[in-house]
Amino acid sequence: MKGYNFAYLDEQTKRMIRRALLKAVAIPGHQVPFGSREMPLPYGWGTGGIQVTASVLGSGDVLKVIDQGADDTTNAVSIRRFFARTAGVQTTTYTADATVIQTRHRIPEKTLRDDQIIVYQVPQPEPLFRLEPSRIETRRMHSLADYGLMHVKLYEDIARFGQISISYDYPVMVNHRYLMSPSPIPAFDNPKMHLMPALQLFGAGREKRIYAIPPWTEVQSLDFNDHPFRPIRAPHPCGLCGATDSYLDEVVIDDRGGRLFVCSDTDHCAERRAAGHVGSEGMKEAAE
Amino acid sequence: MSDETLLSARGLSLSFGALHALADVDVDLWPGEMLAVVGESGSGKTTLLNVLSGRMAPDGGAVWYRDPDGHLHDVHAMPAPALRTLHRSDWGFVHQDPRQNLRMNVTAGGNVGERLMAQGARHYGDIRAQAIDWLNQVEIDADRVDDMPRTFSGGMLQRLQIARTLVTHPRLVFMDEPTGALDVSVQARLLDLIRTLVTRLQIAAVLVTHDIGVARLLAHRIMVMQRGRVVETGLTDQVLDDPQHPYTQLLVSSVLQA
Amino acid sequence: MAYVTVKGGEQAIDNAHAWLAEERRGDPAVPDVSLAQIEGQLGRAVDRAMGEGSLYDRELAALAVKQAQGDLIEAAFLLRAYRTTLPRFAHSLPIDTTAMLIKRRISAVFKDLPGGQVLGPTYDYTHRLLDFELADGADHVGARRGTADGAAMPRVPDILGHEGLIEPDGDGEAEPGDLTREPLAFPATRDVRLQALARGDEGFLLALGYSTQRGYGGTHPFAGEIRMGEVSVEIEPPELGFAIDIGDITVTECQMVNQFKGSKTTPPQFTRGYGLVFGFSERKAMAMALVDRAMRAEELGEEVTAPAQNVEFVLYHSDNIEATGFVEHLKLPHYVDFQSELQNVRRMQQEVARAMEPAGVGAIDVAPSPLNPLPQGEGESARQGVVSP
Repeated sequence: MKGYNFAYLDEQTKRMIRRALLKAVAIPGHQVPFGSREMPLPYGWGTGGIQVTASVLGSGDVLKVIDQGADDTTNAVSIRRFFARTAGVQTTTYTADATVIQTRHRIPEKTLRDDQIIVYQVPQPEPLFRLEPSRIETRRMHSLADYGLMHVKLYEDIARFGQISISYDYPVMVNHRYLMSPSPIPAFDNPKMHLMPALQLFGAGREKRIYAIPPWTEVQSLDFNDHPFRPIRAPHPCGLCGATDSYLDEVVIDDRGGRLFVCSDTDHCAERRAAGHVGSEGMKEAAE
Repeated sequence: MSDETLLSARGLSLSFGALHALADVDVDLWPGEMLAVVGESGSGKTTLLNVLSGRMAPDGGAVWYRDPDGHLHDVHAMPAPALRTLHRSDWGFVHQDPRQNLRMNVTAGGNVGERLMAQGARHYGDIRAQAIDWLNQVEIDADRVDDMPRTFSGGMLQRLQIARTLVTHPRLVFMDEPTGALDVSVQARLLDLIRTLVTRLQIAAVLVTHDIGVARLLAHRIMVMQRGRVVETGLTDQVLDDPQHPYTQLLVSSVLQA
Repeated sequence: MAYVTVKGGEQAIDNAHAWLAEERRGDPAVPDVSLAQIEGQLGRAVDRAMGEGSLYDRELAALAVKQAQGDLIEAAFLLRAYRTTLPRFAHSLPIDTTAMLIKRRISAVFKDLPGGQVLGPTYDYTHRLLDFELADGADHVGARRGTADGAAMPRVPDILGHEGLIEPDGDGEAEPGDLTREPLAFPATRDVRLQALARGDEGFLLALGYSTQRGYGGTHPFAGEIRMGEVSVEIEPPELGFAIDIGDITVTECQMVNQFKGSKTTPPQFTRGYGLVFGFSERKAMAMALVDRAMRAEELGEEVTAPAQNVEFVLYHSDNIEATGFVEHLKLPHYVDFQSELQNVRRMQQEVARAMEPAGVGAIDVAPSPLNPLPQGEGESARQGVVSP
């Protein structure tokens, strides 16, 4: 794109971000402040993820961008276009073919490989923010590994509801040291982070923090021994491909309470359908 | 410094501008004993408590603490994480206003269980059971375990604070006018509870109070402060029955005879 | 009919952009508004876009205002994003407001002072009556021009400072921080706080400043001096070794004089609150000075009780580009997370229903439906809808 550097950011800025990324990888789960730049997309819409992707992207990379697990939601389209224009890199919707995956709110169903990087868009990097709004306070808590506030919250959930009530952005302990927000992915996706072969990078543009999980790192969802972590998923198979182990979107079909559940990960669903798997909707179609 | 003391301080001084809050104060505390620090407002007793517990740094002098392994630590030279760990395990601090040390939007059980969880307890059932046990010990009805502290009376809040503080069996507790905010009828019951718990658990304590009666009831030894200095110190009964320093005599004589 | 997965996000975006372009242009029969018109006749809008966009360029700001259809936060956003791409050639020397070519200069603390009270082009004493003659573009009588008499215009705080009545200002030796390069860190020094306020949302600062006047962290402010006019911008290229003037900018400066209760160690002196903004932006300069002083509460030994005194609160919420981004991001799809919450609540409802079930009777209150399927019978995992990954 004329007049702009490769992937929009100037090289000095990329260098600054890469230094922050290296620090982050060296201290898994720890939030590293960085000089986030004003981007052409609004804060809260993925500027952190975009800056991280822009800093690690090379001309030979293949980029996939998803939002809510899908390649064609408007914001994913907008971001993919941004990189197509400013970097000219190849883009794809196939998880297997991507070298860099930028995501909002989901981890792909397909297990990632050690030659892939996944970049998460993070609105709120501070896992304790709902319990303690002051960053001065939470910074102290992280430095002293003083996470009593979070444990108390989980205790309270069980006392009130009989179970832990967090269903997304479920806090995790990384490498047995730092409490981390996994970004607002559903709790269902948390287990995928544990010992993931790919490099996981997290960018929060508005809050100006970067953090990372190096490959093969232990990531534990917080729980109690007698109330262990349970991932939440709608108890249905995918209406299009029949999958019983993927995270599902709930689609309202009519105004009589009719619902259809389909895979949130559009690439995963398409791959299964291409391989011949059929869900109840597909069978209906065949019958028509 | 004696071999046996749990906490000792020498030559403590602290000034705020022209005001000498502490001037050349020495303190010794032995394991399992309660030391009362008495004096009127402005005597420096609360400042002393804050300096002894590491919450405020002195201009001069030092405070040493002996840990369970017998090692001495300079309280004001300790790194912040170590001091913080101390405050959450071996030490306790009971505030005059219990709201300062309680989470008002967390249940009674959560408040009591927090220090256990901070130390790594991960079994909900066990934590809850210990919390209920402690509520019983401080004479709070066990079925209040899931209630919010804002539904508690002043006396109950203070007892909840005590439970929250003692749940990790600290060896040393600092108390700042623990009954100061309560009305007289409630005070007696609380003082009785404190005495029972402290004796049974063999907790050492530094108790700041302006009330001679409280000191006489609870403390083995007493230290009298006036304008930042220690004017008299000794066994409680001896000092109160036979005060030597004119200020102590004044304090004792101004207590209304019951 | 079988369900067809939703596609076509790309097309939708293109259509939206085309419609936006039409809306922005409006009725093609009406003349297109020119940048010169915006710059010349909507100067206050241009000033605000420059101030919050952190970029002094009247023409670019006018373009941003036009592109944003007059939405000034959107215009500031455009300028900020553009600013990111600009290379930095140099840092200017600090501007010297004592050498300002004054258009307006007033003081509320002295009836008269060297240089006098110069009203300038102010709205202050206008009666807020809609002027329908403006609608017809009527000509106005020009203002009378006098000649500047070159009188010295010392700044009021300097006048007070000669008597030692006001706290001294900083010596200006330290290197100021830069929020556009480094993330905000606490404790935030005054230079960084002032930078954040200068870029901050006028409405937010106005409300906070107002709150201090009503008792939320009050500082007994007096408007020591407000001045508006042109100052020169100078750089000192290393090749030359002396400063050269590269242009002029218009700024508004406000210095508040606040009462300070002396401490045990310091004799009482008036304290300062400072505001400086691009363009003719008096309201913001004054609000900025009030909030600046409020945020100094802790440093001046005052109790911190009010929102305007809470440095973390003020600095984290003063940037309207950050604020609007995050508030408006709620429009983005959040259905994946919502789905987790839905399933969570459904599951908890089932547990409650099960717990309330009278022993031995077997009736379940929750009506079966596709959303709350009855247990299929086999195993925990089918009932909870969990499959181990």
